[in-house]
Amino acid sequence: MDLSESVALIKPPKRRPKALERFFQRKSTIAFLMALPLMLVIFGLVAYPAGYAVYLSMLNKGMDHFVGFDNFLFLFDRDTFWMVVRQSVLFAVTAVIFKSIIGFVVAHFVHNIPAKGQRKWRGMLLVPWVIPPAMSTLAWLWLFDPSYSAFNWILKEIGIAAVPWTGDADWARFSVILVNIWVGAPFFMIMYLAALKSVPEQLFEAASIDGANWWQRIWYITLPMMRNIISITILFSLIVTFANFDIVRVLTSGGPLDSTHVFATWAFERGIISGDIPLGATVSLFMVPILGIAAVFILRDINKRGNEA
Amino acid sequence: MVQAHTLPAVPRLFHYGSVSRDRRRALFWSYFFLVVFAIFFLTPPIYMLLTSLKTSAEISAGVSPWIVQSPTLSNFYGLLTDPKFIRFFWNSSIVSILVVTITMIVSVLAAFSLARMKFWGSASLATGVFLTYLVPDTLLFIPLFKMFAWVNETLGIQLINQWWVLVILYPTLTVPFCTWIMIGYFASIPKELDEAALIDGATWFQTLFQIFIPVAVPGIIAATIFAFTVSWAQFLYPLAFTTSADQLVLPVGIITTLIKGDVFNWGQIMAGALLGAAPPLVIYAFLMDYYIAGLTAGATKG
Repeated sequence: MDLSESVALIKPPKRRPKALERFFQRKSTIAFLMALPLMLVIFGLVAYPAGYAVYLSMLNKGMDHFVGFDNFLFLFDRDTFWMVVRQSVLFAVTAVIFKSIIGFVVAHFVHNIPAKGQRKWRGMLLVPWVIPPAMSTLAWLWLFDPSYSAFNWILKEIGIAAVPWTGDADWARFSVILVNIWVGAPFFMIMYLAALKSVPEQLFEAASIDGANWWQRIWYITLPMMRNIISITILFSLIVTFANFDIVRVLTSGGPLDSTHVFATWAFERGIISGDIPLGATVSLFMVPILGIAAVFILRDINKRGNEA
Repeated sequence: MVQAHTLPAVPRLFHYGSVSRDRRRALFWSYFFLVVFAIFFLTPPIYMLLTSLKTSAEISAGVSPWIVQSPTLSNFYGLLTDPKFIRFFWNSSIVSILVVTITMIVSVLAAFSLARMKFWGSASLATGVFLTYLVPDTLLFIPLFKMFAWVNETLGIQLINQWWVLVILYPTLTVPFCTWIMIGYFASIPKELDEAALIDGATWFQTLFQIFIPVAVPGIIAATIFAFTVSWAQFLYPLAFTTSADQLVLPVGIITTLIKGDVFNWGQIMAGALLGAAPPLVIYAFLMDYYIAGLTAGATKG
């Protein structure tokens, strides 16, 4: 009796699993369902809005009829627009160059000191990157205050005239770039330090034996070995810096007289504050070409890196 | 001085005069420049702290701004007893916690599926994840704003000026990068491990929860820290999408309500900024290695 019962249990069920059931047990179906929330985020909240921005840029201010490229032509006619273009490029390029140099130099010094102290220094030097940029820019705003500037107090003590940090167009441009360098240099430092650690020590020893000086060691060993990570970091930072909003918004709000506006802050000013959504969308779209070029190169470098490994 | 510590204590048989002198000089200059850069990097946070300990009277007295003469905690006390500030802090916390939870669920599931299970188009989706990570918030906020206004007009759901709308928005910034980190971690787990589990009859979910997640804990911590830092620091979305004082998160709240026209109450603003910077700084202080792992993973993995 027992035996016949268990045989009956072992016997496969006559009914075949339904097609739908089988479909849901397939590996690729489960995989697709697991990735579905991700796809919703990517397509619904990133890809669709990005395409929608292009459509928005071709509407009039009231958003009731299609005007083609009128918004673009309108911008091309305005001096402020060209000022924003120049400032955005100046801001991004200068800041990235200095961040890269400072990051490289600091990474070298940290790498140079005995290993047990490195952690402490690295921890201290990364602080600007950890503080939310909107909060740290407030500290800079206060350091640059027109009447109570702590920097100007030092300058006065050593007999130099007060500097209009955010009051004068050129000084304000300098100030937003300085703050951006301050926020971003630690990121370069940490990336370069990670890259430096991966350069085999034997290469330097061999070079020293061959009589290479420190400059030759950097030029012929460190830089070629770090080439890939340097280019990825620079391209990535170029994207982030070019699209920067927080620092300019908090420090100058684009002033004085729109001289420090970058694409992001000007798009905010036009699109949200003045309520001209199509024009704001048009302004922000001018970031796309540079972002696109940088993205293509990053992908290429990352794939190359993957193949080398 | 500093170099003295690095000199070996044992007497040497051979005297490498010039090499050790070069090394000592290099070390001295390394420390010298590190101190210079540390001053540059730490001046703003330190000045933040100094100002937050001063009264408004001391700030405007015209004495040296770099010295605190009569330290006071009244700025911190004033903020922490202000229901408005508590509200900002609460909003920031709840938004960040919800965003971190959603992000980790979405990205762990998706990363497992993309790294191990594969389906039609999964390879291009993985590239798409990385490309999405490169799309900045400053490109998306205007179309998203218009989309949400459209939702309000057609469906009658008020999305703008609600703190929870940020929970919908922030995943656009956190999910792509966290998925990317997790794909890297999952891809580094040996194939034999999940093959063995599958042969033993584990389902895909069991493989994920009992094998992959325990092995990838460091990656999960790094991704969680990243998601938290990004949501806590985000400034553009809340500035564009929320306006009423009771819906604001901390960074926007401090900037829009504490800076009142020309009457700058800097002691309190700096105290607020310090409190706003505190949660990421505390996490960083305790979990620095995970924080750095997350930071460098974007370029070193994959």
